[in-house]
Amino acid sequence: MNWIHLVSILGAAFAISIGAIAPALAQGRAVAAAMDAIARQPEAASTVSRTLFVGLAMIETMAIYCLVIALLLLFANPFA
Amino acid sequence: MKIASPLITHTLFTLGPVPITTPVVTTWAIMAVLTLGAWAATRRLALRPSRLQAGLEVIVDMISGQIRETMDAPPAPYLPLIGTLFIFVLVANWSSLIPGVEPPTAALETDAALALIVFGATIFFGVRAVGPGHYLLTFAQPSLFMVPLNVVELFTRSFSLTVRLFGNVMSGVFMIGIVLSLAGLLVPIPLMALELLTGAVQAYIFGALAMVFIGSAIGEASQREAKT
Repeated sequence: MNWIHLVSILGAAFAISIGAIAPALAQGRAVAAAMDAIARQPEAASTVSRTLFVGLAMIETMAIYCLVIALLLLFANPFA
Repeated sequence: MKIASPLITHTLFTLGPVPITTPVVTTWAIMAVLTLGAWAATRRLALRPSRLQAGLEVIVDMISGQIRETMDAPPAPYLPLIGTLFIFVLVANWSSLIPGVEPPTAALETDAALALIVFGATIFFGVRAVGPGHYLLTFAQPSLFMVPLNVVELFTRSFSLTVRLFGNVMSGVFMIGIVLSLAGLLVPIPLMALELLTGAVQAYIFGALAMVFIGSAIGEASQREAKT
């Protein structure tokens, strides 16, 4: 276990932890706004939820990118 | 504890010089099942539908309704592509329920191939809606400065389509594998139920994003046509 392994593991952990915080906050905001919209206008629920799903998928992509970076660091590290 | 890398697909056998990996075999098996199933189910269509035919009609009707709502266009030209993508991704995600089968969408290559289909279809439908010259002009849509951004977006959204499906399905399979190696036989069952939900949502999102991309390609074009 040399220092590159150590740094890679730490880097992967930090990547996924920071990459989980921000999309979680963003998704919370998006869902709250959608709930608000549905409560005000229940007849638009299907349109709102469809747009919400697509938007959540877009936000979630950021977390998935961090996951891929973490996996690259752990399993396909170009320096280790 | 040594965990196998989820980024590497292992070769099952080689067909001449071509190595055949496990996801390829699973993909072809799913394709065969879907094709034969669709052929067998639509062989005797009746005006008074049987239970199976009614169920299939509900699915087709639901998908075409979604296309009509999302794209604001008659769904007939897009229904075969979007419906096939949705059903294939759904069945592929749920194929992890069969013991010993790893879903082919948990491999990066399968998702890249699916995203490449959407990429090609976006350009094809965009060009077919207005012709190649007008389609190229849509890249300079708000102003000429947007051309590099629009071109980059064309590629990054295909990439994000790939990585989104891969990350979601693969992380589920990976997590179930880790939990199974730590705890006993029945412990991963709630995780597998969660994975069913994720698989369905991801299949829906893949189809919806394909609709949005194709819809934006033909929508910008038709707006342009209305202006000129």
